[in-house]
Amino acid sequence: MTRVLAVLVGAGLLAGCSAQPAQEQEDGTLSGTVTVFAAASLTDTFGAIADAFEREHPGVAVALNFGGSSALATQIVEGAPADVFAAASESTMTPVADAALVDGDPTVFVTNTLEIAVPAGNPAGVTGLSDFANPALSIAICAAEVPCGAASATVFDGAGIVPAPDTLEQDVKAVLTKVELGEVDAGLVYRTDVLAAGPEVDGIAFPEASTALGKYPIAQLAASTNQDAAAAFIAYVLSPAGKKVLDDAGFGTP
Amino acid sequence: MPVSERRRKRRGFLTPALWIPAGLALALLGLPLVALVVRAPWSQLPELLAQPTVVSALVLSLTTGLASTAISLVLGIPLALVLARSAEWRAVPRRLLRALVTVPLVLPPVVGGVALLLLLGRRGLLGQFLPFQLPFTTAAVVIAQVFVAMPFLVLAVEGALRASDRRFETAAATLGASRFTIFRRITLPLVAPGVAAGALLCFCRALGEFGATITFAGSFPGVTQTLPIATYLQLQTDPDAAIALSLVLMIISAVALISLRDRWVPGVTA
Repeated sequence: MTRVLAVLVGAGLLAGCSAQPAQEQEDGTLSGTVTVFAAASLTDTFGAIADAFEREHPGVAVALNFGGSSALATQIVEGAPADVFAAASESTMTPVADAALVDGDPTVFVTNTLEIAVPAGNPAGVTGLSDFANPALSIAICAAEVPCGAASATVFDGAGIVPAPDTLEQDVKAVLTKVELGEVDAGLVYRTDVLAAGPEVDGIAFPEASTALGKYPIAQLAASTNQDAAAAFIAYVLSPAGKKVLDDAGFGTP
Repeated sequence: MPVSERRRKRRGFLTPALWIPAGLALALLGLPLVALVVRAPWSQLPELLAQPTVVSALVLSLTTGLASTAISLVLGIPLALVLARSAEWRAVPRRLLRALVTVPLVLPPVVGGVALLLLLGRRGLLGQFLPFQLPFTTAAVVIAQVFVAMPFLVLAVEGALRASDRRFETAAATLGASRFTIFRRITLPLVAPGVAAGALLCFCRALGEFGATITFAGSFPGVTQTLPIATYLQLQTDPDAAIALSLVLMIISAVALISLRDRWVPGVTA
Protein backbone atom coordinates (compact mmCIF):
# COMPACT_ATOMS: atom_id res chain seq x y z
CA MET A 1 0.00 0.00 0.00
CA THR A 2 2.75 2.42 0.97
CA ARG A 3 4.53 1.41 -2.20
CA VAL A 4 1.52 2.19 -4.33
CA LEU A 5 1.27 5.55 -2.63
CA ALA A 6 4.96 6.14 -3.19
CA VAL A 7 4.57 5.33 -6.86
CA LEU A 8 1.60 7.68 -7.12
CA VAL A 9 3.51 10.40 -5.33
CA GLY A 10 6.49 9.69 -7.59
CA ALA A 11 4.28 10.01 -10.63
CA GLY A 12 2.94 13.29 -9.24
CA LEU A 13 6.48 14.59 -8.75
CA LEU A 14 7.32 13.48 -12.27
CA ALA A 15 4.36 15.41 -13.62
CA GLY A 16 5.69 18.41 -11.70
CA CYS A 17 9.19 17.91 -13.11
CA SER A 18 8.04 17.77 -16.70
CA ALA A 19 6.87 21.35 -16.36
CA GLN A 20 10.43 22.47 -15.58
CA PRO A 21 12.76 24.13 -18.14
CA ALA A 22 13.94 21.82 -20.91
CA GLN A 23 17.66 22.07 -20.02
CA GLU A 24 17.23 19.26 -17.51
CA GLN A 25 16.24 16.89 -20.29
CA GLU A 26 18.91 17.91 -22.77
CA ASP A 27 22.02 16.63 -20.97
CA GLY A 28 21.06 12.99 -21.52
CA THR A 29 19.12 12.53 -18.29
CA LEU A 30 16.63 9.71 -18.08
CA SER A 31 12.92 10.26 -18.11
CA GLY A 32 9.65 8.39 -18.13
CA THR A 33 8.57 5.40 -16.11
CA VAL A 34 10.39 2.13 -15.44
CA THR A 35 8.02 -0.69 -14.66
CA VAL A 36 9.70 -3.31 -12.48
CA PHE A 37 8.11 -6.72 -11.85
CA ALA A 38 9.78 -8.14 -8.77
CA ALA A 39 9.42 -11.19 -6.53
CA ALA A 40 7.33 -10.59 -3.40
CA SER A 41 10.40 -11.23 -1.22
CA LEU A 42 11.97 -8.07 -2.71
CA THR A 43 9.09 -5.83 -1.61
CA ASP A 44 10.95 -3.87 1.07
CA THR A 45 14.38 -3.73 -0.56
CA PHE A 46 13.21 -2.80 -4.05
CA GLY A 47 10.94 -0.19 -2.50
CA ALA A 48 13.96 1.43 -0.85
CA ILE A 49 16.10 1.01 -3.98
CA ALA A 50 13.40 2.55 -6.17
CA ASP A 51 13.14 5.56 -3.85
CA ALA A 52 16.92 6.08 -3.95
CA PHE A 53 16.98 5.59 -7.72
CA GLU A 54 14.22 8.18 -8.19
CA ARG A 55 16.18 10.65 -6.03
CA GLU A 56 19.24 10.10 -8.23
CA HIS A 57 17.22 10.41 -11.45
CA PRO A 58 14.50 12.97 -10.74
CA GLY A 59 13.04 12.54 -14.22
CA VAL A 60 12.27 8.86 -13.75
CA ALA A 61 9.40 7.22 -11.88
CA VAL A 62 9.72 3.58 -10.86
CA ALA A 63 6.47 1.61 -10.90
CA LEU A 64 6.82 -1.56 -8.86
CA ASN A 65 4.66 -4.65 -9.24
CA PHE A 66 5.32 -7.32 -6.63
CA GLY A 67 3.98 -10.85 -6.72
CA GLY A 68 4.89 -14.51 -6.77
CA SER A 69 7.71 -14.97 -9.31
CA SER A 70 5.80 -17.61 -11.27
CA ALA A 71 2.70 -15.44 -11.51
CA LEU A 72 4.81 -12.48 -12.63
CA ALA A 73 6.55 -14.64 -15.24
CA THR A 74 3.15 -15.74 -16.55
CA GLN A 75 2.00 -12.13 -16.73
CA ILE A 76 5.12 -11.13 -18.68
CA VAL A 77 4.79 -14.05 -21.10
CA GLU A 78 1.14 -13.06 -21.61
CA GLY A 79 2.24 -9.57 -22.58
CA ALA A 80 2.21 -7.48 -19.40
CA PRO A 81 4.14 -4.23 -20.05
CA ALA A 82 7.25 -4.53 -17.88
CA ASP A 83 10.75 -3.13 -18.34
CA VAL A 84 12.60 -5.16 -15.70
CA PHE A 85 11.93 -8.55 -14.13
CA ALA A 86 13.58 -9.66 -10.88
CA ALA A 87 12.66 -13.24 -9.99
CA ALA A 88 13.21 -15.25 -6.81
CA SER A 89 14.58 -18.24 -8.68
CA GLU A 90 16.32 -19.05 -11.92
CA SER A 91 13.58 -21.53 -12.85
CA THR A 92 10.89 -18.84 -12.78
CA MET A 93 13.01 -16.68 -15.09
CA THR A 94 13.31 -19.55 -17.56
CA PRO A 95 9.86 -19.30 -19.23
CA VAL A 96 10.45 -15.57 -19.84
CA ALA A 97 13.91 -16.23 -21.30
CA ASP A 98 12.57 -19.17 -23.34
CA ALA A 99 9.95 -16.91 -24.89
CA ALA A 100 12.83 -14.66 -26.07
CA LEU A 101 11.47 -11.82 -23.97
CA VAL A 102 14.75 -11.10 -22.17
CA ASP A 103 17.24 -8.56 -23.47
CA GLY A 104 20.71 -10.08 -22.94
CA ASP A 105 21.22 -12.65 -20.17
CA PRO A 106 19.66 -12.53 -16.71
CA THR A 107 22.17 -11.64 -13.97
CA VAL A 108 22.06 -13.29 -10.56
CA PHE A 109 22.20 -10.30 -8.19
CA VAL A 110 21.56 -11.79 -4.74
CA THR A 111 21.20 -15.11 -2.96
CA ASN A 112 18.91 -16.03 -0.11
CA THR A 113 19.19 -18.81 2.44
CA LEU A 114 16.44 -20.62 4.30
CA GLU A 115 15.99 -20.08 8.00
CA ILE A 116 13.67 -21.59 10.57
CA ALA A 117 11.03 -19.10 11.73
CA VAL A 118 9.42 -19.62 15.12
CA PRO A 119 6.97 -17.48 17.09
CA ALA A 120 8.74 -15.03 19.44
CA GLY A 121 10.25 -16.86 22.39
CA ASN A 122 10.17 -20.20 20.53
CA PRO A 123 7.35 -21.72 22.68
CA ALA A 124 7.80 -25.22 21.24
CA GLY A 125 11.57 -25.25 21.82
CA VAL A 126 12.52 -25.87 18.20
CA THR A 127 16.28 -26.29 17.81
CA GLY A 128 16.97 -27.42 14.26
CA LEU A 129 15.77 -28.89 11.02
CA SER A 130 15.15 -32.33 12.57
CA ASP A 131 12.22 -30.87 14.55
CA PHE A 132 10.35 -30.58 11.25
CA ALA A 133 9.95 -34.37 11.27
CA ASN A 134 8.15 -34.28 14.63
CA PRO A 135 4.44 -34.93 13.95
CA ALA A 136 3.50 -33.50 17.37
CA LEU A 137 4.61 -30.03 16.26
CA SER A 138 2.52 -27.77 14.08
CA ILE A 139 4.63 -27.09 10.98
CA ALA A 140 4.20 -24.90 7.90
CA ILE A 141 6.39 -25.11 4.80
CA CYS A 142 5.98 -23.90 1.23
CA ALA A 143 4.36 -26.18 -1.34
CA ALA A 144 6.89 -27.92 -3.60
CA GLU A 145 5.48 -26.06 -6.63
CA VAL A 146 6.72 -22.63 -5.48
CA PRO A 147 10.41 -21.61 -5.24
CA CYS A 148 10.64 -21.61 -1.43
CA GLY A 149 9.07 -25.08 -1.41
CA ALA A 150 11.55 -26.38 -3.96
CA ALA A 151 14.41 -25.02 -1.84
CA SER A 152 12.90 -26.57 1.30
CA ALA A 153 12.62 -29.95 -0.44
CA THR A 154 16.30 -29.76 -1.45
CA VAL A 155 17.33 -28.99 2.13
CA PHE A 156 15.23 -31.84 3.58
CA ASP A 157 16.49 -34.30 0.96
CA GLY A 158 20.10 -33.30 1.61
CA ALA A 159 19.66 -33.74 5.36
CA GLY A 160 17.76 -37.02 5.00
CA ILE A 161 14.78 -35.60 6.92
CA VAL A 162 11.17 -36.38 6.00
CA PRO A 163 9.16 -33.36 7.18
CA ALA A 164 5.70 -33.73 8.74
CA PRO A 165 4.04 -30.44 7.72
CA ASP A 166 0.48 -29.50 8.66
CA THR A 167 0.17 -27.17 5.73
CA LEU A 168 1.92 -26.52 2.40
CA GLU A 169 1.58 -22.81 1.80
CA GLN A 170 1.38 -21.00 -1.53
CA ASP A 171 4.17 -18.56 -0.72
CA VAL A 172 6.73 -17.72 1.90
CA LYS A 173 4.73 -14.80 3.34
CA ALA A 174 1.81 -17.14 4.02
CA VAL A 175 4.16 -19.38 6.04
CA LEU A 176 5.35 -16.32 7.92
CA THR A 177 1.78 -15.17 8.68
CA LYS A 178 1.06 -18.53 10.32
CA VAL A 179 4.24 -18.20 12.41
CA GLU A 180 3.46 -14.60 13.37
CA LEU A 181 -0.01 -15.58 14.56
CA GLY A 182 1.48 -18.46 16.56
CA GLU A 183 -0.61 -20.92 14.59
CA VAL A 184 2.41 -23.09 13.84
CA ASP A 185 5.42 -23.95 16.00
CA ALA A 186 7.87 -23.55 13.14
CA GLY A 187 8.01 -22.62 9.49
CA LEU A 188 10.73 -22.69 6.88
CA VAL A 189 11.21 -19.27 5.28
CA TYR A 190 14.03 -17.13 3.95
CA ARG A 191 16.46 -15.31 6.20
CA THR A 192 15.27 -12.01 4.72
CA ASP A 193 11.68 -12.79 5.72
CA VAL A 194 12.70 -13.39 9.33
CA LEU A 195 14.60 -10.08 9.42
CA ALA A 196 11.65 -8.23 7.87
CA ALA A 197 9.06 -9.83 10.13
CA GLY A 198 9.90 -7.90 13.28
CA PRO A 199 9.54 -8.89 16.92
CA GLU A 200 6.79 -11.53 16.55
CA VAL A 201 9.17 -13.90 14.79
CA ASP A 202 12.53 -15.37 15.84
CA GLY A 203 14.93 -16.93 13.35
CA ILE A 204 17.04 -20.04 13.80
CA ALA A 205 19.85 -20.53 11.29
CA PHE A 206 20.75 -24.13 10.47
CA PRO A 207 23.83 -25.56 8.74
CA GLU A 208 21.92 -27.59 6.12
CA ALA A 209 20.60 -24.35 4.58
CA SER A 210 23.78 -23.96 2.51
CA THR A 211 22.63 -26.86 0.29
CA ALA A 212 19.83 -24.77 -1.21
CA LEU A 213 20.99 -21.28 -1.91
CA GLY A 214 18.20 -19.31 -3.60
CA LYS A 215 19.50 -17.36 -6.60
CA TYR A 216 17.68 -14.21 -7.70
CA PRO A 217 18.15 -13.26 -11.37
CA ILE A 218 17.32 -9.81 -12.76
CA ALA A 219 16.79 -9.08 -16.45
CA GLN A 220 15.93 -6.27 -18.78
CA LEU A 221 12.95 -7.17 -20.94
CA ALA A 222 13.14 -7.00 -24.72
CA ALA A 223 9.72 -5.36 -25.00
CA SER A 224 10.75 -2.50 -22.70
CA THR A 225 9.70 0.89 -23.99
CA ASN A 226 12.25 2.64 -21.80
CA GLN A 227 15.48 0.68 -22.39
CA ASP A 228 17.87 3.33 -21.04
CA ALA A 229 16.05 3.79 -17.75
CA ALA A 230 15.59 0.03 -17.39
CA ALA A 231 19.34 -0.53 -17.84
CA ALA A 232 20.07 2.26 -15.37
CA PHE A 233 17.74 0.71 -12.78
CA ILE A 234 19.44 -2.69 -13.09
CA ALA A 235 22.87 -0.99 -12.86
CA TYR A 236 21.67 0.71 -9.68
CA VAL A 237 20.53 -2.60 -8.15
CA LEU A 238 24.01 -4.03 -8.88
CA SER A 239 25.84 -0.89 -7.64
CA PRO A 240 27.36 -0.66 -4.13
CA ALA A 241 24.42 1.48 -3.01
CA GLY A 242 21.89 -1.12 -4.16
CA LYS A 243 24.00 -3.95 -2.72
CA LYS A 244 24.02 -2.28 0.68
CA VAL A 245 20.23 -2.15 0.85
CA LEU A 246 20.06 -5.84 -0.10
CA ASP A 247 22.85 -6.84 2.33
CA ASP A 248 21.14 -5.04 5.20
CA ALA A 249 17.96 -6.96 4.53
CA GLY A 250 19.79 -10.29 4.85
CA PHE A 251 20.43 -11.16 1.22
CA GLY A 252 23.76 -12.78 0.32
CA THR A 253 26.20 -11.87 -2.44
CA PRO A 254 26.29 -14.38 -5.31
CA MET B 1 -49.53 8.02 -26.80
CA PRO B 2 -51.32 4.76 -27.78
CA VAL B 3 -48.66 4.09 -30.44
CA SER B 4 -45.72 4.39 -28.05
CA GLU B 5 -47.57 2.35 -25.48
CA ARG B 6 -48.09 -0.47 -27.95
CA ARG B 7 -44.43 -0.35 -28.92
CA ARG B 8 -43.36 -0.46 -25.32
CA LYS B 9 -45.50 -3.51 -24.78
CA ARG B 10 -43.95 -5.30 -27.73
CA ARG B 11 -40.31 -4.47 -27.05
CA GLY B 12 -40.35 -3.77 -23.35
CA PHE B 13 -37.76 -1.14 -22.52
CA LEU B 14 -34.94 -2.83 -24.42
CA THR B 15 -33.79 -0.11 -26.78
CA PRO B 16 -30.59 -0.59 -28.81
CA ALA B 17 -28.95 1.80 -26.36
CA LEU B 18 -29.38 -0.89 -23.70
CA TRP B 19 -28.35 -3.81 -25.90
CA ILE B 20 -24.87 -2.36 -26.41
CA PRO B 21 -23.82 -2.15 -22.73
CA ALA B 22 -25.60 -5.45 -22.08
CA GLY B 23 -23.58 -7.06 -24.86
CA LEU B 24 -20.37 -5.59 -23.48
CA ALA B 25 -21.24 -6.89 -20.03
CA LEU B 26 -21.87 -10.34 -21.44
CA ALA B 27 -18.57 -10.24 -23.35
CA LEU B 28 -16.70 -9.22 -20.22
CA LEU B 29 -18.24 -12.07 -18.25
CA GLY B 30 -18.16 -14.70 -20.97
CA LEU B 31 -15.06 -14.16 -23.10
CA PRO B 32 -12.50 -14.98 -20.37
CA LEU B 33 -14.26 -18.32 -19.95
CA VAL B 34 -14.20 -18.83 -23.72
CA ALA B 35 -10.44 -18.19 -23.66
CA LEU B 36 -10.07 -20.77 -20.91
CA VAL B 37 -11.96 -23.34 -22.95
CA VAL B 38 -9.98 -22.54 -26.12
CA ARG B 39 -6.62 -22.79 -24.37
CA ALA B 40 -7.48 -25.98 -22.49
CA PRO B 41 -5.16 -28.93 -23.20
CA TRP B 42 -8.05 -31.15 -24.32
CA SER B 43 -5.90 -34.10 -25.48
CA GLN B 44 -4.08 -34.41 -22.13
CA LEU B 45 -7.20 -33.73 -20.11
CA PRO B 46 -8.02 -37.29 -18.98
CA GLU B 47 -4.40 -37.88 -17.95
CA LEU B 48 -4.16 -34.54 -16.09
CA LEU B 49 -7.42 -35.12 -14.25
CA ALA B 50 -6.54 -38.65 -13.19
CA GLN B 51 -3.62 -37.48 -11.04
CA PRO B 52 -4.11 -38.52 -7.40
CA THR B 53 -3.73 -34.94 -6.10
CA VAL B 54 -6.43 -33.77 -8.52
CA VAL B 55 -8.82 -36.56 -7.58
CA SER B 56 -8.35 -35.98 -3.85
CA ALA B 57 -8.78 -32.20 -4.29
CA LEU B 58 -11.97 -32.77 -6.29
CA VAL B 59 -13.42 -35.14 -3.70
CA LEU B 60 -12.46 -32.75 -0.89
CA SER B 61 -14.00 -29.77 -2.69
CA LEU B 62 -17.28 -31.57 -3.36
CA THR B 63 -17.65 -32.95 0.17
CA THR B 64 -16.71 -29.71 1.94
CA GLY B 65 -18.87 -27.70 -0.49
CA LEU B 66 -21.89 -29.91 0.26
CA ALA B 67 -21.19 -29.83 4.01
CA SER B 68 -20.89 -26.05 4.10
CA THR B 69 -24.07 -25.69 2.02
CA ALA B 70 -25.93 -27.97 4.45
CA ILE B 71 -24.70 -25.96 7.43
CA SER B 72 -25.58 -22.73 5.66
CA LEU B 73 -29.12 -24.03 5.08
CA VAL B 74 -29.60 -25.01 8.73
CA LEU B 75 -28.18 -21.75 10.10
CA GLY B 76 -28.91 -19.40 7.20
CA ILE B 77 -32.67 -19.89 6.74
CA PRO B 78 -33.45 -18.86 10.34
CA LEU B 79 -31.09 -15.91 9.95
CA ALA B 80 -32.89 -14.94 6.74
CA LEU B 81 -36.21 -15.05 8.62
CA VAL B 82 -34.82 -12.75 11.31
CA LEU B 83 -33.39 -10.45 8.65
CA ALA B 84 -36.70 -10.31 6.76
CA ARG B 85 -38.63 -9.50 9.92
CA SER B 86 -36.05 -6.91 10.98
CA ALA B 87 -37.91 -4.44 8.74
CA GLU B 88 -40.06 -3.76 11.80
CA TRP B 89 -37.04 -2.98 14.00
CA ARG B 90 -35.42 0.35 14.80
CA ALA B 91 -32.95 1.66 12.25
CA VAL B 92 -29.70 1.07 14.16
CA PRO B 93 -30.03 -2.64 15.03
CA ARG B 94 -31.65 -3.30 11.64
CA ARG B 95 -28.77 -1.75 9.71
CA LEU B 96 -26.20 -3.37 11.97
CA LEU B 97 -27.68 -6.80 11.34
CA ARG B 98 -27.77 -6.25 7.59
CA ALA B 99 -24.16 -5.03 7.58
CA LEU B 100 -23.03 -8.09 9.57
CA VAL B 101 -24.62 -10.41 7.03
CA THR B 102 -23.28 -8.48 4.03
CA VAL B 103 -19.69 -7.72 5.12
CA PRO B 104 -18.32 -11.23 4.36
CA LEU B 105 -19.51 -10.68 0.77
CA VAL B 106 -17.32 -7.62 0.27
CA LEU B 107 -14.43 -8.55 2.56
CA PRO B 108 -11.37 -9.86 0.71
CA PRO B 109 -11.50 -13.59 1.55
CA VAL B 110 -7.88 -13.54 2.78
CA VAL B 111 -8.91 -10.97 5.39
CA GLY B 112 -11.78 -13.24 6.33
CA GLY B 113 -9.26 -16.03 6.79
CA VAL B 114 -7.08 -13.91 9.06
CA ALA B 115 -10.19 -12.91 11.05
CA LEU B 116 -11.10 -16.58 11.48
CA LEU B 117 -7.54 -17.32 12.67
CA LEU B 118 -7.74 -14.48 15.18
CA LEU B 119 -11.00 -15.94 16.49
CA LEU B 120 -10.51 -19.69 16.23
CA GLY B 121 -6.73 -20.10 15.88
CA ARG B 122 -4.52 -21.52 18.59
CA ARG B 123 -4.12 -18.10 20.19
CA GLY B 124 -7.51 -16.83 19.02
CA LEU B 125 -10.22 -15.19 21.13
CA LEU B 126 -12.14 -18.46 21.36
CA GLY B 127 -9.58 -20.84 19.87
CA GLN B 128 -7.33 -20.65 22.93
CA PHE B 129 -10.03 -22.41 24.95
CA LEU B 130 -10.51 -25.24 22.44
CA PRO B 131 -9.04 -28.60 23.48
CA PHE B 132 -7.84 -29.17 19.89
CA GLN B 133 -6.31 -27.13 17.06
CA LEU B 134 -8.92 -26.22 14.46
CA PRO B 135 -6.74 -24.76 11.65
CA PHE B 136 -5.24 -27.28 9.22
CA THR B 137 -8.27 -29.57 9.56
CA THR B 138 -11.05 -30.30 7.07
CA ALA B 139 -13.48 -28.76 9.56
CA ALA B 140 -11.60 -25.49 9.16
CA VAL B 141 -12.15 -25.67 5.38
CA VAL B 142 -15.90 -26.00 5.98
CA ILE B 143 -15.94 -23.10 8.47
CA ALA B 144 -14.10 -20.85 6.01
CA GLN B 145 -16.54 -21.79 3.25
CA VAL B 146 -19.59 -21.18 5.45
CA PHE B 147 -18.19 -17.77 6.42
CA VAL B 148 -17.76 -16.74 2.81
CA ALA B 149 -20.71 -18.49 1.16
CA MET B 150 -23.58 -18.38 3.68
CA PRO B 151 -24.40 -14.68 3.03
CA PHE B 152 -25.37 -15.62 -0.55
CA LEU B 153 -27.97 -18.03 0.80
CA VAL B 154 -29.20 -15.69 3.52
CA LEU B 155 -29.74 -12.78 1.13
CA ALA B 156 -31.45 -14.99 -1.49
CA VAL B 157 -33.84 -16.47 1.07
CA GLU B 158 -34.48 -13.08 2.64
CA GLY B 159 -35.41 -11.64 -0.76
CA ALA B 160 -37.86 -14.49 -1.32
CA LEU B 161 -39.34 -14.01 2.16
CA ARG B 162 -39.91 -10.31 1.60
CA ALA B 163 -41.60 -11.03 -1.71
CA SER B 164 -43.82 -13.78 -0.28
CA ASP B 165 -47.43 -13.17 0.69
CA ARG B 166 -47.67 -13.10 4.48
CA ARG B 167 -51.46 -13.44 4.40
CA PHE B 168 -51.09 -17.22 4.06
CA GLU B 169 -49.22 -17.27 7.36
CA THR B 170 -51.86 -15.11 8.99
CA ALA B 171 -54.62 -17.36 7.66
CA ALA B 172 -52.85 -20.46 9.00
CA ALA B 173 -52.46 -18.77 12.38
CA THR B 174 -56.18 -17.95 12.58
CA LEU B 175 -56.89 -21.60 11.81
CA GLY B 176 -54.89 -22.57 14.88
CA ALA B 177 -51.55 -23.67 13.38
CA SER B 178 -48.56 -23.40 15.72
CA ARG B 179 -45.66 -21.11 14.81
CA PHE B 180 -43.40 -24.01 13.93
CA THR B 181 -46.13 -25.63 11.78
CA ILE B 182 -46.57 -22.33 9.96
CA PHE B 183 -42.82 -22.16 9.34
CA ARG B 184 -42.66 -25.76 8.14
CA ARG B 185 -45.92 -25.97 6.14
CA ILE B 186 -46.41 -22.43 4.87
CA THR B 187 -43.33 -20.21 5.02
CA LEU B 188 -40.73 -22.71 3.88
CA PRO B 189 -42.68 -24.07 0.87
CA LEU B 190 -43.48 -20.50 -0.21
CA VAL B 191 -39.79 -19.57 -0.36
CA ALA B 192 -38.52 -22.97 -1.57
CA PRO B 193 -37.41 -21.61 -4.96
CA GLY B 194 -35.45 -18.86 -3.20
CA VAL B 195 -33.91 -21.41 -0.85
CA ALA B 196 -32.87 -23.62 -3.77
CA ALA B 197 -31.38 -20.73 -5.71
CA GLY B 198 -29.58 -19.49 -2.60
CA ALA B 199 -28.26 -22.95 -1.74
CA LEU B 200 -26.94 -23.31 -5.28
CA LEU B 201 -25.17 -19.95 -5.22
CA CYS B 202 -23.81 -20.83 -1.80
CA PHE B 203 -22.50 -24.20 -3.04
CA CYS B 204 -20.86 -22.67 -6.11
CA ARG B 205 -19.22 -19.94 -4.02
CA ALA B 206 -17.99 -22.53 -1.50
CA LEU B 207 -16.61 -24.62 -4.36
CA GLY B 208 -14.57 -21.67 -5.63
CA GLU B 209 -13.40 -20.53 -2.19
CA PHE B 210 -9.65 -19.89 -2.04
CA GLY B 211 -8.41 -17.02 0.10
CA ALA B 212 -10.15 -17.64 3.40
CA THR B 213 -9.55 -21.37 3.09
CA ILE B 214 -5.80 -21.24 2.47
CA THR B 215 -5.35 -18.61 5.18
CA PHE B 216 -7.44 -20.27 7.88
CA ALA B 217 -7.25 -23.96 6.99
CA GLY B 218 -3.94 -24.08 5.12
CA SER B 219 -3.23 -26.43 2.26
CA PHE B 220 -2.46 -30.12 2.64
CA PRO B 221 -3.39 -32.73 0.02
CA GLY B 222 -6.42 -34.76 1.03
CA VAL B 223 -7.06 -32.73 4.20
CA THR B 224 -7.36 -29.04 3.33
CA GLN B 225 -6.14 -28.69 -0.26
CA THR B 226 -9.32 -27.96 -2.21
CA LEU B 227 -9.58 -27.71 -5.98
CA PRO B 228 -8.99 -23.93 -6.21
CA ILE B 229 -5.87 -24.25 -4.02
CA ALA B 230 -4.59 -27.19 -6.09
CA THR B 231 -5.26 -25.08 -9.21
CA TYR B 232 -3.25 -22.16 -7.84
CA LEU B 233 -0.31 -24.40 -6.95
CA GLN B 234 -0.40 -26.13 -10.34
CA LEU B 235 -0.29 -22.72 -12.01
CA GLN B 236 3.21 -22.27 -10.55
CA THR B 237 4.70 -25.23 -12.38
CA ASP B 238 2.21 -26.58 -14.89
CA PRO B 239 -0.18 -23.99 -16.36
CA ASP B 240 -1.83 -26.64 -18.57
CA ALA B 241 -2.80 -28.69 -15.54
CA ALA B 242 -4.08 -25.52 -13.86
CA ILE B 243 -6.29 -24.76 -16.85
CA ALA B 244 -7.59 -28.33 -16.77
CA LEU B 245 -8.48 -27.96 -13.10
CA SER B 246 -10.17 -24.61 -13.72
CA LEU B 247 -12.27 -26.30 -16.38
CA VAL B 248 -13.44 -28.92 -13.89
CA LEU B 249 -14.49 -26.21 -11.44
CA MET B 250 -16.22 -24.28 -14.19
CA ILE B 251 -18.07 -27.33 -15.51
CA ILE B 252 -19.32 -28.38 -12.05
CA SER B 253 -20.63 -24.86 -11.36
CA ALA B 254 -22.14 -24.49 -14.83
CA VAL B 255 -23.88 -27.88 -14.70
CA ALA B 256 -25.27 -27.12 -11.25
CA LEU B 257 -26.51 -23.67 -12.25
CA ILE B 258 -27.99 -24.67 -15.60
CA SER B 259 -29.66 -27.88 -14.47
CA LEU B 260 -31.19 -26.61 -11.26
CA ARG B 261 -31.94 -22.95 -11.61
CA ASP B 262 -34.52 -23.18 -14.37
CA ARG B 263 -36.40 -25.90 -12.60
CA TRP B 264 -36.55 -24.07 -9.31
CA VAL B 265 -36.88 -20.42 -9.99
CA PRO B 266 -40.31 -19.46 -11.33
CA GLY B 267 -40.31 -16.99 -14.14
CA VAL B 268 -37.05 -18.06 -15.74
CA THR B 269 -38.26 -21.37 -17.15
CA ALA B 270 -37.72 -21.41 -20.87
